Amino acid sequence: MEVNKERVEEILEQYDFRQDALVPILMDTQNLCDDHYVEEETQRYIARRLNLTYVDIYEVSSFFSAINKAPKGKYHIQLCDSSVCRINKKDIIEEYLEDVLGIRVGETTADKMFTLEHTPCFGACDISPAIRINKKVYGHLTIQKVKQLLAELRGAKDE
Amino acid sequence: MNKTRRLISEYFDKYTVTEIDKYIDLGGFSGLKKALKEGPDFVIDSIQKAELRGRGGAAFPCFKKWTSAKNRPEPVKYVLVNADEGEPGTFKDRDLLAKDPYRIIEGLIIAGYTTGAKEGYIYIREEYDDIRRQMNEAIALAKSRNFLGNNILGTDFSFSIKAYTGAGAYVCGENTALIESMHGNVGRPRVKTPRVGERGLFDKPTMVNNVETYACVAAIMNHGWEAYANQGLNGHKGTKMISLCGNIMRPGVYEVPFGITVKEIIEEIGGGTRDLSLGKFIQSGGASCALIPYTHFDTPYTYDDFKKKGFDIGSGSIVVANGNVRVVDYLSSVSGFFEHESCGKCTPCREGTKRMHEIIDDLCLNRASDQQVNRLFEIADSMMDSSLCGLGQTAPTATLSAFKHFKEEIMESVTK
Ligand SMILES: Cc1cc2nc3c(=O)[nH]c(=O)nc-3n(C[C@H](O)[C@H](O)[C@H](O)COP(=O)(O)O)c2cc1C
Ligand code: SF4
Ligand code: FES
Repeated sequence: MEVNKERVEEILEQYDFRQDALVPILMDTQNLCDDHYVEEETQRYIARRLNLTYVDIYEVSSFFSAINKAPKGKYHIQLCDSSVCRINKKDIIEEYLEDVLGIRVGETTADKMFTLEHTPCFGACDISPAIRINKKVYGHLTIQKVKQLLAELRGAKDE
Repeated sequence: MNKTRRLISEYFDKYTVTEIDKYIDLGGFSGLKKALKEGPDFVIDSIQKAELRGRGGAAFPCFKKWTSAKNRPEPVKYVLVNADEGEPGTFKDRDLLAKDPYRIIEGLIIAGYTTGAKEGYIYIREEYDDIRRQMNEAIALAKSRNFLGNNILGTDFSFSIKAYTGAGAYVCGENTALIESMHGNVGRPRVKTPRVGERGLFDKPTMVNNVETYACVAAIMNHGWEAYANQGLNGHKGTKMISLCGNIMRPGVYEVPFGITVKEIIEEIGGGTRDLSLGKFIQSGGASCALIPYTHFDTPYTYDDFKKKGFDIGSGSIVVANGNVRVVDYLSSVSGFFEHESCGKCTPCREGTKRMHEIIDDLCLNRASDQQVNRLFEIADSMMDSSLCGLGQTAPTATLSAFKHFKEEIMESVTK
């Protein structure tokens, strides 16, 4: 999403335009985006203001998985597929999510509401199987619980 | 009988971040006061007598690292908390930071005072965003009480702390990669020398320790090294924070005495496995560590007993798998993790993690050949020999240990 330049300036100022703060600057900017993605125009703007090249930014953003490489749905669902969640049968949750959303892991729904992705362990193994939705962690998942969660999110859409 | 201990975790759930006074009333910051009174050598002597080892995985003797940091002649140096906790199955640093933030701050201030650093940093994984916010609140409050800032508690020692965010790369837990990423660069490890102890953050000597290591130092300073050492069983010193999870009735973060057996951890602390079986294997220490088969569950949880058998305390994670978990499926998740997290800088790791994962997935589908299995060992060898950093060097450990202990089961998946 293209971000209002004034908002970007605020973030840049907060970090004193320091080149070494590139990663947090990109992440804070991304947090302003409904589609969780800072598009090229804004990335180029940040590059100019930090006296970096677009390639510098590209390199960093493609390396770190917390910086998204493409727009996501309004609700970015990240399902942990590391060892503990696999032991605790995250497959059942995954199948259910794919089913009800009508997409496969890695895809976004046509209405741009949901993106479903795998992610490595985010340290919620004690409540596994676990997902993050827009970075908020939900654990002890059952089909019932996921159903309820999705209903709540869909409800929020109507407000 | 309750087998857990409450020394490192003694203040868990006893205060919230806004209640710094409660932390102080509980006895918090008395470790710092003692350090300021007794001097740097007393701190180093205490952690040496406690036989404290680094909790980030490598188990390096803590006093050695602190001594060399103290002896660096440079006027500017840094101390850093590694809170990038990213090993699947590990979440004890999460609780240490969330449930007792001031103890980490206290440990870091003691580190700054002991080594002569005036600035400390806490590098927190992106996934713990809320914890980082809370940590910033704690830092501000500690400053308002002059535990941070200029002339701390009337001494001529001044110290400040900044929290820094990771961005979702496991490899950034490696010291040099962590520093690179704090410089705003891609977080790839650099060739070993110079170590970050010589040239780290902003090219200054930087002492990096795990979250728990700092918590241990604060506890040792608060209660004295004997009190800490006495917590252990059968002559082993001290306690360890563990992340117990997997097929277990009561998953969670626990503080256990060194010397307890694996079996006691699973059954008496964890309440046994969910299907009431004994459990088939555990993976202790993180994805980069060996599997421990049930036949070795009587092993005491100590650095030495584990090392003798090729096992690891590592990060302190204990993932329990019961009889329903196929070894090859487990290995698939481990090797998939390393393929995803390899930074791609060196070929043995970049290609090796990918090929290992492919072959293991063929095993999962019962369609791997003998040649592929042989190839797996060749790849593992070259990764361990010639990978640039610890990630590539240890990525094959789980697989190799599985072949050692569960060869028969794995070979059933090989096509004849
Ligand atoms: C790939 C890789 C990832 C690591 N991740 C972490 C981590 O998340 N947390 C940590 O404390 N140490 C991690 N380490 C170990 C650190 O490099 C370092 O040894 C440790 O922080 C030192 O602290 P200690 O002496 O207190 O153990 C990692 C090492 C490697 C090779
Ligand atoms: S061993 Fe792997 S993670 Fe480490 S530098 Fe090489 S490619 Fe990167
Ligand atoms: S393994 Fe899924 S949250 Fe840790």
